[in-house]
Amino acid sequence: MVKISIALSKGRIFDETAPLLERVGIRPNDDPERSRKLVLATNRRDVQLIVVRASDTPTYVERGGADLGVAGRDVLAEHGGEGLYQPVDLGIAACRMMVAVRKGFDYAGAVRQGARLRVATKYVNITREHFAAKGVHVDLIRLYGSMELAPLVGLADAIVDLVSTGNTLRANSLVPVEEIMPVSARLIVNQAALKTKRAALQPLIDAFSKAAGR
Amino acid sequence: MRWLLPEYIEDILPAEAARIEQLRRKILDLFFKHDYELVMPPLLEYMDSLLTGTGHDLELRTFKVVDQLSGRMMGLRADITPQVARIDAHLLNRKGVTRLCYCGSVLHTRPASPGATREPIQIGAERYGDAGIAADLEILRLLCKALQLARARNARIAIGHVAVFRSLARAAQAGPELEAQLFEALQRKDVPELRNLSRALEAKIRSAILLLPELYGGPEVLAAAEKKLPRIAGLIAALATLRKLARACKLPVSFDLAELRGYHYHSGVVLDAYCDGVTGAVARGGRYDEVGKAFGRARPATGFSIYLRSLAGAVR
Repeated sequence: MVKISIALSKGRIFDETAPLLERVGIRPNDDPERSRKLVLATNRRDVQLIVVRASDTPTYVERGGADLGVAGRDVLAEHGGEGLYQPVDLGIAACRMMVAVRKGFDYAGAVRQGARLRVATKYVNITREHFAAKGVHVDLIRLYGSMELAPLVGLADAIVDLVSTGNTLRANSLVPVEEIMPVSARLIVNQAALKTKRAALQPLIDAFSKAAGR
Repeated sequence: MRWLLPEYIEDILPAEAARIEQLRRKILDLFFKHDYELVMPPLLEYMDSLLTGTGHDLELRTFKVVDQLSGRMMGLRADITPQVARIDAHLLNRKGVTRLCYCGSVLHTRPASPGATREPIQIGAERYGDAGIAADLEILRLLCKALQLARARNARIAIGHVAVFRSLARAAQAGPELEAQLFEALQRKDVPELRNLSRALEAKIRSAILLLPELYGGPEVLAAAEKKLPRIAGLIAALATLRKLARACKLPVSFDLAELRGYHYHSGVVLDAYCDGVTGAVARGGRYDEVGKAFGRARPATGFSIYLRSLAGAVR
Protein backbone atom coordinates (compact mmCIF):
# COMPACT_ATOMS: atom_id res chain seq x y z
CA MET A 1 0.00 0.00 0.00
CA VAL A 2 1.32 3.44 -0.93
CA LYS A 3 1.25 5.77 2.09
CA ILE A 4 0.40 9.41 1.60
CA SER A 5 1.02 12.14 4.14
CA ILE A 6 -0.48 15.60 4.06
CA ALA A 7 1.14 18.53 5.92
CA LEU A 8 -1.25 21.01 7.54
CA SER A 9 -0.82 23.83 10.02
CA LYS A 10 -3.08 24.34 13.02
CA GLY A 11 -5.43 27.29 13.16
CA ARG A 12 -6.99 28.94 10.15
CA ILE A 13 -5.51 26.62 7.51
CA PHE A 14 -6.67 23.52 9.38
CA ASP A 15 -10.11 24.92 10.19
CA GLU A 16 -10.81 25.81 6.58
CA THR A 17 -9.17 22.70 5.09
CA ALA A 18 -11.22 20.35 7.32
CA PRO A 19 -14.46 20.73 5.28
CA LEU A 20 -12.48 20.11 2.07
CA LEU A 21 -10.91 17.00 3.59
CA GLU A 22 -14.38 15.85 4.59
CA ARG A 23 -15.60 16.28 0.98
CA VAL A 24 -12.55 14.40 -0.29
CA GLY A 25 -13.44 11.61 2.17
CA ILE A 26 -10.64 12.06 4.72
CA ARG A 27 -11.46 12.41 8.44
CA PRO A 28 -8.68 12.69 11.06
CA ASN A 29 -9.12 10.27 13.99
CA ASP A 30 -8.06 12.98 16.46
CA ASP A 31 -8.90 16.66 16.67
CA PRO A 32 -5.56 18.45 16.14
CA GLU A 33 -6.71 21.40 18.25
CA ARG A 34 -7.11 19.09 21.25
CA SER A 35 -4.64 16.31 20.61
CA ARG A 36 -0.94 16.86 21.16
CA LYS A 37 -0.08 14.31 18.50
CA LEU A 38 1.79 15.67 15.50
CA VAL A 39 1.03 12.70 13.27
CA LEU A 40 -2.69 12.05 12.93
CA ALA A 41 -4.13 8.86 11.52
CA THR A 42 -7.29 9.19 9.44
CA ASN A 43 -10.23 7.02 8.44
CA ARG A 44 -8.20 6.08 5.35
CA ARG A 45 -5.43 3.66 6.25
CA ASP A 46 -3.19 4.99 3.47
CA VAL A 47 -3.50 8.67 4.47
CA GLN A 48 -2.01 10.44 7.47
CA LEU A 49 -1.91 14.11 8.41
CA ILE A 50 1.14 15.76 9.89
CA VAL A 51 0.79 18.96 11.89
CA VAL A 52 3.46 21.58 11.17
CA ARG A 53 3.98 25.30 11.66
CA ALA A 54 2.47 27.26 8.76
CA SER A 55 5.77 28.68 7.55
CA ASP A 56 7.36 25.19 7.64
CA THR A 57 4.82 23.55 5.31
CA PRO A 58 6.75 24.21 2.05
CA THR A 59 9.98 22.89 3.65
CA TYR A 60 8.34 19.62 4.73
CA VAL A 61 6.77 19.05 1.33
CA GLU A 62 9.84 20.12 -0.66
CA ARG A 63 12.07 17.70 1.25
CA GLY A 64 9.61 14.83 1.04
CA GLY A 65 8.61 14.88 4.74
CA ALA A 66 5.07 15.02 3.36
CA ASP A 67 3.72 14.30 -0.13
CA LEU A 68 1.03 16.97 -0.10
CA GLY A 69 0.48 20.10 1.93
CA VAL A 70 -1.76 23.11 2.29
CA ALA A 71 0.06 26.43 2.43
CA GLY A 72 -0.92 30.06 2.03
CA ARG A 73 0.32 31.89 -1.04
CA ASP A 74 2.09 34.29 1.36
CA VAL A 75 4.16 31.46 2.83
CA LEU A 76 4.91 30.06 -0.63
CA ALA A 77 5.98 33.41 -2.04
CA GLU A 78 8.24 34.01 0.96
CA HIS A 79 9.74 30.51 0.70
CA GLY A 80 10.28 30.87 -3.06
CA GLY A 81 8.17 27.83 -3.95
CA GLU A 82 11.01 26.21 -5.89
CA GLY A 83 10.98 22.45 -6.01
CA LEU A 84 7.24 22.31 -5.41
CA TYR A 85 4.20 21.84 -7.57
CA GLN A 86 1.24 24.02 -6.61
CA PRO A 87 -1.57 22.81 -8.87
CA VAL A 88 -4.73 23.85 -7.01
CA ASP A 89 -5.90 27.14 -5.53
CA LEU A 90 -8.11 25.92 -2.69
CA GLY A 91 -9.71 29.36 -2.35
CA ILE A 92 -9.62 29.14 1.46
CA ALA A 93 -8.00 31.33 4.13
CA ALA A 94 -8.38 34.29 1.78
CA CYS A 95 -6.88 37.64 2.69
CA ARG A 96 -4.56 40.26 1.21
CA MET A 97 -0.88 41.08 1.65
CA MET A 98 -0.80 44.83 2.25
CA VAL A 99 1.46 47.73 3.08
CA ALA A 100 0.06 49.67 6.05
CA VAL A 101 1.18 52.90 7.72
CA ARG A 102 0.21 55.03 10.71
CA LYS A 103 -2.87 57.15 10.12
CA GLY A 104 -1.71 60.54 8.82
CA PHE A 105 1.59 59.26 7.35
CA ASP A 106 1.95 60.47 3.75
CA TYR A 107 2.94 57.17 2.11
CA ALA A 108 2.41 58.29 -1.50
CA GLY A 109 4.40 61.44 -0.82
CA ALA A 110 7.27 59.52 0.81
CA VAL A 111 7.44 57.14 -2.16
CA ARG A 112 7.33 59.99 -4.66
CA GLN A 113 10.18 61.83 -2.95
CA GLY A 114 12.33 58.72 -2.97
CA ALA A 115 12.54 58.71 0.82
CA ARG A 116 14.16 55.76 2.51
CA LEU A 117 11.43 53.79 4.28
CA ARG A 118 11.86 51.62 7.35
CA VAL A 119 9.56 48.64 6.89
CA ALA A 120 8.79 46.03 9.54
CA THR A 121 7.58 42.61 8.43
CA LYS A 122 7.98 38.89 8.80
CA TYR A 123 7.82 38.58 5.00
CA VAL A 124 11.28 39.99 4.23
CA ASN A 125 11.67 38.42 0.76
CA ILE A 126 8.26 39.51 -0.50
CA THR A 127 8.80 43.00 0.92
CA ARG A 128 12.28 43.36 -0.55
CA GLU A 129 11.01 42.34 -4.00
CA HIS A 130 7.93 44.53 -3.85
CA PHE A 131 9.83 47.71 -3.01
CA ALA A 132 12.72 46.90 -5.36
CA ALA A 133 10.20 46.62 -8.22
CA LYS A 134 8.86 50.07 -7.29
CA GLY A 135 12.39 51.46 -7.04
CA VAL A 136 11.93 52.47 -3.40
CA HIS A 137 14.81 52.24 -0.91
CA VAL A 138 13.87 50.30 2.20
CA ASP A 139 15.52 49.21 5.42
CA LEU A 140 13.91 45.97 6.47
CA ILE A 141 13.20 45.12 10.08
CA ARG A 142 12.42 41.47 10.58
CA LEU A 143 9.80 40.82 13.24
CA TYR A 144 8.09 37.58 14.17
CA GLY A 145 4.67 38.93 15.15
CA SER A 146 2.54 41.93 16.21
CA MET A 147 3.94 44.01 13.35
CA GLU A 148 1.26 46.64 14.03
CA LEU A 149 3.24 47.82 17.02
CA ALA A 150 6.33 48.85 15.04
CA PRO A 151 5.00 52.11 13.51
CA LEU A 152 3.33 53.06 16.83
CA VAL A 153 6.58 53.01 18.79
CA GLY A 154 8.61 54.63 16.01
CA LEU A 155 10.45 51.45 15.01
CA ALA A 156 9.22 51.60 11.40
CA ASP A 157 7.43 53.86 8.92
CA ALA A 158 5.40 51.06 7.39
CA ILE A 159 4.57 47.39 7.84
CA VAL A 160 3.87 44.59 5.37
CA ASP A 161 1.41 42.03 6.68
CA LEU A 162 -1.69 39.99 5.93
CA VAL A 163 -4.97 41.84 6.26
CA SER A 164 -8.28 40.02 6.33
CA THR A 165 -10.90 42.18 8.10
CA GLY A 166 -8.67 45.14 8.87
CA ASN A 167 -9.81 45.17 12.51
CA THR A 168 -6.33 44.83 14.00
CA LEU A 169 -5.05 47.69 11.84
CA ARG A 170 -7.98 49.92 12.82
CA ALA A 171 -7.60 49.12 16.52
CA ASN A 172 -4.01 50.34 16.29
CA SER A 173 -4.68 53.45 14.17
CA LEU A 174 -3.03 52.05 11.05
CA VAL A 175 -4.37 52.26 7.49
CA PRO A 176 -3.69 49.93 4.56
CA VAL A 177 -2.21 51.91 1.66
CA GLU A 178 -1.18 49.37 -0.98
CA GLU A 179 -2.03 45.80 -1.91
CA ILE A 180 0.94 43.53 -2.72
CA MET A 181 -1.01 40.40 -3.61
CA PRO A 182 -4.24 38.60 -2.89
CA VAL A 183 -3.60 35.52 -0.75
CA SER A 184 -5.37 32.19 -0.46
CA ALA A 185 -4.25 28.66 0.37
CA ARG A 186 -2.77 26.33 -2.25
CA LEU A 187 -2.49 22.58 -2.41
CA ILE A 188 1.23 21.86 -2.83
CA VAL A 189 2.84 18.63 -4.01
CA ASN A 190 6.33 17.14 -3.69
CA GLN A 191 7.82 16.91 -7.20
CA ALA A 192 9.40 13.48 -6.90
CA ALA A 193 6.30 12.05 -5.18
CA LEU A 194 4.09 13.15 -8.07
CA LYS A 195 6.29 11.14 -10.41
CA THR A 196 6.78 8.05 -8.24
CA LYS A 197 3.35 7.85 -6.51
CA ARG A 198 1.23 9.23 -9.33
CA ALA A 199 -1.47 6.55 -9.18
CA ALA A 200 -2.14 7.35 -5.52
CA LEU A 201 -1.71 11.12 -5.61
CA GLN A 202 -3.46 12.22 -8.79
CA PRO A 203 -6.96 11.08 -7.67
CA LEU A 204 -6.49 12.99 -4.40
CA ILE A 205 -5.35 16.12 -6.24
CA ASP A 206 -8.35 15.86 -8.57
CA ALA A 207 -10.66 15.37 -5.59
CA PHE A 208 -9.25 18.47 -3.83
CA SER A 209 -9.63 20.45 -7.02
CA LYS A 210 -13.26 19.36 -7.30
CA ALA A 211 -13.96 19.95 -3.60
CA ALA A 212 -12.57 23.47 -3.94
CA GLY A 213 -14.87 24.04 -6.91
CA ARG A 214 -12.02 24.67 -9.38
CA MET B 1 40.40 22.61 16.50
CA ARG B 2 37.54 20.48 15.28
CA TRP B 3 38.19 19.65 11.67
CA LEU B 4 34.76 20.58 10.44
CA LEU B 5 33.97 20.44 6.76
CA PRO B 6 31.67 23.04 5.17
CA GLU B 7 27.95 22.25 5.01
CA TYR B 8 26.95 19.75 2.33
CA ILE B 9 30.61 18.90 1.67
CA GLU B 10 31.88 15.55 2.90
CA ASP B 11 34.69 13.03 2.81
CA ILE B 12 34.00 9.80 0.99
CA LEU B 13 35.19 6.94 3.19
CA PRO B 14 36.65 3.61 2.00
CA ALA B 15 33.50 1.51 1.57
CA GLU B 16 31.64 4.18 -0.37
CA ALA B 17 34.74 5.28 -2.27
CA ALA B 18 35.27 1.70 -3.47
CA ARG B 19 31.66 1.48 -4.64
CA ILE B 20 31.90 4.77 -6.51
CA GLU B 21 35.17 3.83 -8.16
CA GLN B 22 33.94 0.40 -9.27
CA LEU B 23 30.84 1.97 -10.74
CA ARG B 24 32.92 4.64 -12.46
CA ARG B 25 35.10 2.00 -14.12
CA LYS B 26 32.13 -0.09 -15.23
CA ILE B 27 30.30 2.86 -16.73
CA LEU B 28 33.38 4.30 -18.45
CA ASP B 29 34.11 0.85 -19.91
CA LEU B 30 30.57 0.78 -21.24
CA PHE B 31 31.09 4.22 -22.83
CA PHE B 32 34.43 3.09 -24.35
CA LYS B 33 32.76 0.00 -25.77
CA HIS B 34 30.31 2.30 -27.58
CA ASP B 35 33.15 4.41 -29.01
CA TYR B 36 32.86 7.37 -26.67
CA GLU B 37 36.22 9.11 -26.20
CA LEU B 38 37.15 10.35 -22.73
CA VAL B 39 37.93 14.04 -22.18
CA MET B 40 39.06 15.79 -19.00
CA PRO B 41 38.05 19.46 -18.97
CA PRO B 42 39.63 21.72 -16.31
CA LEU B 43 38.17 22.22 -12.84
CA LEU B 44 37.98 25.94 -13.37
CA GLU B 45 37.94 28.33 -16.30
CA TYR B 46 36.98 31.91 -17.13
CA MET B 47 33.37 32.70 -16.26
CA ASP B 48 32.44 33.85 -19.75
CA SER B 49 33.30 30.55 -21.37
CA LEU B 50 32.02 28.48 -18.43
CA LEU B 51 28.56 29.98 -18.66
CA THR B 52 28.33 30.52 -22.41
CA GLY B 53 25.14 29.23 -23.95
CA THR B 54 23.70 27.92 -20.70
CA GLY B 55 21.54 30.89 -19.78
CA HIS B 56 21.36 32.12 -16.23
CA ASP B 57 20.51 28.79 -14.63
CA LEU B 58 24.12 28.05 -13.74
CA GLU B 59 25.45 31.45 -12.81
CA LEU B 60 24.22 31.55 -9.21
CA ARG B 61 25.34 27.98 -8.68
CA THR B 62 28.95 28.67 -9.70
CA PHE B 63 31.71 29.47 -7.16
CA LYS B 64 33.81 32.38 -8.43
CA VAL B 65 37.44 33.34 -7.86
CA VAL B 66 39.69 36.01 -9.34
CA ASP B 67 42.60 34.77 -11.48
CA GLN B 68 45.84 36.23 -10.06
CA LEU B 69 47.55 35.86 -13.45
CA SER B 70 45.05 37.67 -15.64
CA GLY B 71 42.83 39.54 -13.17
CA ARG B 72 39.82 37.93 -14.80
CA MET B 73 36.96 36.19 -13.04
CA MET B 74 37.09 32.41 -13.04
CA GLY B 75 34.46 29.92 -12.01
CA LEU B 76 34.65 26.40 -10.58
CA ARG B 77 32.58 24.29 -12.92
CA ALA B 78 29.02 23.59 -11.76
CA ASP B 79 28.28 21.43 -14.82
CA ILE B 80 30.63 19.60 -17.18
CA THR B 81 28.27 19.48 -20.19
CA PRO B 82 29.00 23.03 -21.45
CA GLN B 83 32.75 22.39 -21.10
CA VAL B 84 32.52 19.29 -23.27
CA ALA B 85 30.39 21.22 -25.80
CA ARG B 86 33.17 23.83 -25.90
CA ILE B 87 35.77 21.13 -26.55
CA ASP B 88 33.71 19.70 -29.41
CA ALA B 89 32.86 23.06 -30.99
CA HIS B 90 36.15 24.82 -30.54
CA LEU B 91 39.06 22.39 -30.16
CA LEU B 92 38.29 19.22 -32.02
CA ASN B 93 36.71 20.92 -35.00
CA ARG B 94 35.78 17.59 -36.55
CA LYS B 95 33.11 17.21 -39.16
CA GLY B 96 30.54 14.47 -38.69
CA VAL B 97 29.75 12.65 -35.50
CA THR B 98 31.88 13.00 -32.38
CA ARG B 99 31.22 10.96 -29.25
CA LEU B 100 32.71 12.22 -25.99
CA CYS B 101 32.42 11.08 -22.37
CA TYR B 102 33.67 12.45 -19.05
CA CYS B 103 33.70 11.85 -15.33
CA GLY B 104 34.53 14.40 -12.65
CA SER B 105 33.44 16.45 -9.65
CA VAL B 106 31.50 19.66 -9.99
CA LEU B 107 30.83 22.24 -7.27
CA HIS B 108 27.61 24.04 -6.40
CA THR B 109 27.35 27.19 -4.28
CA ARG B 110 24.03 25.85 -2.98
CA PRO B 111 22.74 22.28 -2.95
CA ALA B 112 20.92 21.70 -6.25
CA SER B 113 18.05 20.08 -4.35
CA PRO B 114 17.28 20.08 -0.61
CA GLY B 115 19.92 18.10 1.28
CA ALA B 116 21.99 17.32 -1.83
CA THR B 117 25.78 17.39 -1.72
CA ARG B 118 27.46 20.52 -3.05
CA GLU B 119 30.11 18.40 -4.71
CA PRO B 120 28.36 15.88 -6.98
CA ILE B 121 30.34 13.63 -9.35
CA GLN B 122 29.02 13.69 -12.90
CA ILE B 123 29.65 10.84 -15.31
CA GLY B 124 28.19 11.33 -18.74
CA ALA B 125 28.23 10.87 -22.48
CA GLU B 126 27.55 13.39 -25.26
CA ARG B 127 27.04 12.85 -28.97
CA TYR B 128 27.67 15.75 -31.36
CA GLY B 129 26.99 16.36 -35.02
CA ASP B 130 23.77 14.44 -35.49
CA ALA B 131 20.42 16.21 -35.33
CA GLY B 132 18.37 13.11 -36.12
CA ILE B 133 16.42 10.90 -33.79
CA ALA B 134 19.07 8.16 -34.19
CA ALA B 135 21.32 10.16 -31.86
CA ASP B 136 18.58 10.59 -29.25
CA LEU B 137 17.86 6.87 -29.41
CA GLU B 138 21.52 5.97 -28.98
CA ILE B 139 21.83 8.24 -25.95
CA LEU B 140 18.66 6.88 -24.37
CA ARG B 141 19.80 3.27 -24.88
CA LEU B 142 23.22 4.04 -23.43
CA LEU B 143 21.64 5.64 -20.36
CA CYS B 144 19.40 2.59 -19.85
CA LYS B 145 22.41 0.27 -20.21
CA ALA B 146 24.43 2.26 -17.67
CA LEU B 147 21.59 2.11 -15.13
CA GLN B 148 21.08 -1.61 -15.71
CA LEU B 149 24.81 -2.21 -15.41
CA ALA B 150 24.76 -0.42 -12.04
CA ARG B 151 21.78 -2.56 -10.99
CA ALA B 152 19.74 0.50 -10.11
CA ARG B 153 16.54 -0.77 -8.49
CA ASN B 154 13.25 0.10 -10.14
CA ALA B 155 14.99 2.40 -12.63
CA ARG B 156 12.67 4.40 -14.84
CA ILE B 157 12.95 7.19 -17.38
CA ALA B 158 10.82 10.34 -17.64
CA ILE B 159 10.81 12.01 -21.05
CA GLY B 160 9.68 15.47 -22.07
CA HIS B 161 10.23 17.72 -25.08
CA VAL B 162 10.74 21.47 -24.91
CA ALA B 163 9.20 21.96 -28.38
CA VAL B 164 5.76 21.14 -26.96
CA PHE B 165 5.64 24.32 -24.87
CA ARG B 166 7.90 26.32 -27.18
CA SER B 167 5.73 25.80 -30.25
CA LEU B 168 2.60 26.72 -28.27
CA ALA B 169 4.26 29.89 -26.96
CA ARG B 170 5.46 30.82 -30.47
CA ALA B 171 2.04 30.11 -32.00
CA ALA B 172 0.51 32.38 -29.37
CA GLN B 173 3.13 35.07 -30.19
CA ALA B 174 3.57 35.39 -26.45
CA GLY B 175 6.77 37.49 -26.51
CA PRO B 176 9.81 36.73 -24.36
CA GLU B 177 8.50 38.21 -21.10
CA LEU B 178 5.18 36.39 -21.07
CA GLU B 179 6.88 33.22 -22.31
CA ALA B 180 9.24 33.36 -19.33
CA GLN B 181 6.36 33.87 -16.90
CA LEU B 182 4.36 31.02 -18.41
CA PHE B 183 7.49 28.86 -18.22
CA GLU B 184 7.95 29.62 -14.50
CA ALA B 185 4.33 28.81 -13.73
CA LEU B 186 4.50 25.57 -15.74
CA GLN B 187 7.56 24.45 -13.79
CA ARG B 188 5.49 24.69 -10.62
CA LYS B 189 2.39 23.22 -12.32
CA ASP B 190 0.79 26.39 -10.98
CA VAL B 191 -2.57 26.17 -12.75
CA PRO B 192 -4.17 29.25 -11.13
CA GLU B 193 -1.23 31.41 -12.21
CA LEU B 194 -1.25 29.91 -15.74
CA ARG B 195 -4.92 30.72 -16.03
CA ASN B 196 -4.20 34.25 -14.96
CA LEU B 197 -1.24 34.75 -17.33
CA SER B 198 -2.82 33.17 -20.39
CA ARG B 199 -5.95 35.32 -20.27
CA ALA B 200 -5.03 37.36 -23.35
CA LEU B 201 -3.99 34.40 -25.51
CA GLU B 202 -6.00 32.87 -28.32
CA ALA B 203 -8.58 30.44 -26.86
CA LYS B 204 -7.25 27.33 -28.61
CA ILE B 205 -3.65 27.92 -27.50
CA ARG B 206 -4.75 28.94 -24.03
CA SER B 207 -6.65 25.74 -23.37
CA ALA B 208 -3.65 23.75 -24.69
CA ILE B 209 -1.27 25.52 -22.28
CA LEU B 210 -3.68 24.95 -19.38
CA LEU B 211 -3.75 21.26 -20.27
CA LEU B 212 0.03 20.79 -20.10
CA PRO B 213 0.34 20.41 -16.29
CA GLU B 214 -2.01 17.41 -16.45
CA LEU B 215 -0.14 15.73 -19.29
CA TYR B 216 2.18 13.54 -17.30
CA GLY B 217 2.10 9.78 -16.73
CA GLY B 218 2.32 6.66 -18.86
CA PRO B 219 1.93 6.18 -22.63
CA GLU B 220 -1.73 7.26 -22.42
CA VAL B 221 -0.37 10.80 -22.06
CA LEU B 222 0.87 10.80 -25.66
CA ALA B 223 -2.49 9.60 -26.95
CA ALA B 224 -4.25 12.32 -24.96
CA ALA B 225 -1.78 14.95 -26.18
CA GLU B 226 -2.22 13.94 -29.83
CA LYS B 227 -5.97 14.16 -29.46
CA LYS B 228 -6.28 17.34 -27.43
CA LEU B 229 -3.38 19.62 -28.41
CA PRO B 230 -3.61 21.82 -31.54
CA ARG B 231 -2.00 20.49 -34.70
CA ILE B 232 1.07 22.72 -34.87
CA ALA B 233 3.92 21.24 -36.94
CA GLY B 234 6.65 21.52 -34.27
CA LEU B 235 4.39 20.06 -31.63
CA ILE B 236 3.34 17.07 -33.72
CA ALA B 237 6.95 16.30 -34.59
CA ALA B 238 7.87 16.46 -30.90
CA LEU B 239 5.13 13.99 -29.96
CA ALA B 240 6.23 11.61 -32.73
CA THR B 241 9.81 11.75 -31.41
CA LEU B 242 8.60 10.95 -27.89
CA ARG B 243 6.64 7.97 -29.17
CA LYS B 244 9.70 6.56 -30.95
CA LEU B 245 11.89 7.02 -27.88
CA ALA B 246 9.34 5.32 -25.64
CA ARG B 247 9.19 2.33 -27.96
CA ALA B 248 12.98 1.95 -27.92
CA CYS B 249 13.40 2.37 -24.17
CA LYS B 250 14.29 -0.79 -22.27
CA LEU B 251 13.23 0.68 -18.91
CA PRO B 252 9.72 1.77 -17.87
CA VAL B 253 8.93 5.18 -19.36
CA SER B 254 6.77 8.05 -18.22
CA PHE B 255 6.14 11.40 -19.86
CA ASP B 256 5.85 14.90 -18.52
CA LEU B 257 4.97 17.42 -21.19
CA ALA B 258 5.32 20.33 -18.75
CA GLU B 259 8.84 19.29 -17.69
CA LEU B 260 11.07 22.04 -19.06
CA ARG B 261 14.12 21.91 -16.83
CA GLY B 262 17.07 23.47 -18.59
CA TYR B 263 14.65 25.11 -21.05
CA HIS B 264 17.19 27.82 -21.76
CA TYR B 265 19.73 25.48 -23.19
CA HIS B 266 17.76 22.40 -24.11
CA SER B 267 16.27 22.41 -27.58
CA GLY B 268 14.52 19.07 -27.92
CA VAL B 269 14.14 15.92 -25.88
CA VAL B 270 14.58 16.21 -22.08
CA LEU B 271 15.43 13.06 -20.11
CA ASP B 272 15.32 12.33 -16.39
CA ALA B 273 16.10 8.98 -14.79
CA TYR B 274 14.84 7.90 -11.39
CA CYS B 275 15.56 4.86 -9.23
CA ASP B 276 14.76 3.66 -5.72
CA GLY B 277 17.00 5.12 -3.04
CA VAL B 278 17.50 8.51 -4.75
CA THR B 279 15.06 11.30 -3.88
CA GLY B 280 15.40 13.37 -7.03
CA ALA B 281 16.63 12.38 -10.48
CA VAL B 282 19.69 10.11 -10.65
CA ALA B 283 20.54 11.23 -14.20
CA ARG B 284 19.49 14.08 -16.48
CA GLY B 285 20.00 14.70 -20.14
CA GLY B 286 18.56 15.72 -23.45
CA ARG B 287 19.23 17.64 -26.62
CA TYR B 288 20.92 21.05 -26.60
CA ASP B 289 21.73 22.03 -30.17
CA GLU B 290 22.20 25.73 -29.38
CA VAL B 291 25.15 25.58 -26.97
CA GLY B 292 27.88 25.08 -29.59
CA LYS B 293 26.69 28.18 -31.50
CA ALA B 294 27.94 30.40 -28.68
CA PHE B 295 31.41 28.88 -29.14
CA GLY B 296 31.37 29.76 -32.82
CA ARG B 297 30.13 26.48 -34.25
CA ALA B 298 26.52 25.37 -33.94
CA ARG B 299 26.56 21.61 -33.53
CA PRO B 300 23.62 19.34 -32.86
CA ALA B 301 24.23 17.79 -29.44
CA THR B 302 22.53 15.28 -27.21
CA GLY B 303 23.69 13.49 -24.09
CA PHE B 304 23.18 12.72 -20.42
CA SER B 305 24.92 12.95 -17.14
CA ILE B 306 24.56 10.56 -14.18
CA TYR B 307 25.04 11.68 -10.57
CA LEU B 308 27.55 8.99 -9.67
CA ARG B 309 27.46 9.48 -5.90
CA SER B 310 23.65 9.25 -5.77
CA LEU B 311 23.71 6.14 -7.95
CA ALA B 312 26.44 4.48 -5.87
CA GLY B 313 24.49 5.30 -2.69
CA ALA B 314 21.34 3.75 -4.11
CA VAL B 315 22.78 0.44 -5.33
CA ARG B 316 24.74 -0.63 -2.27
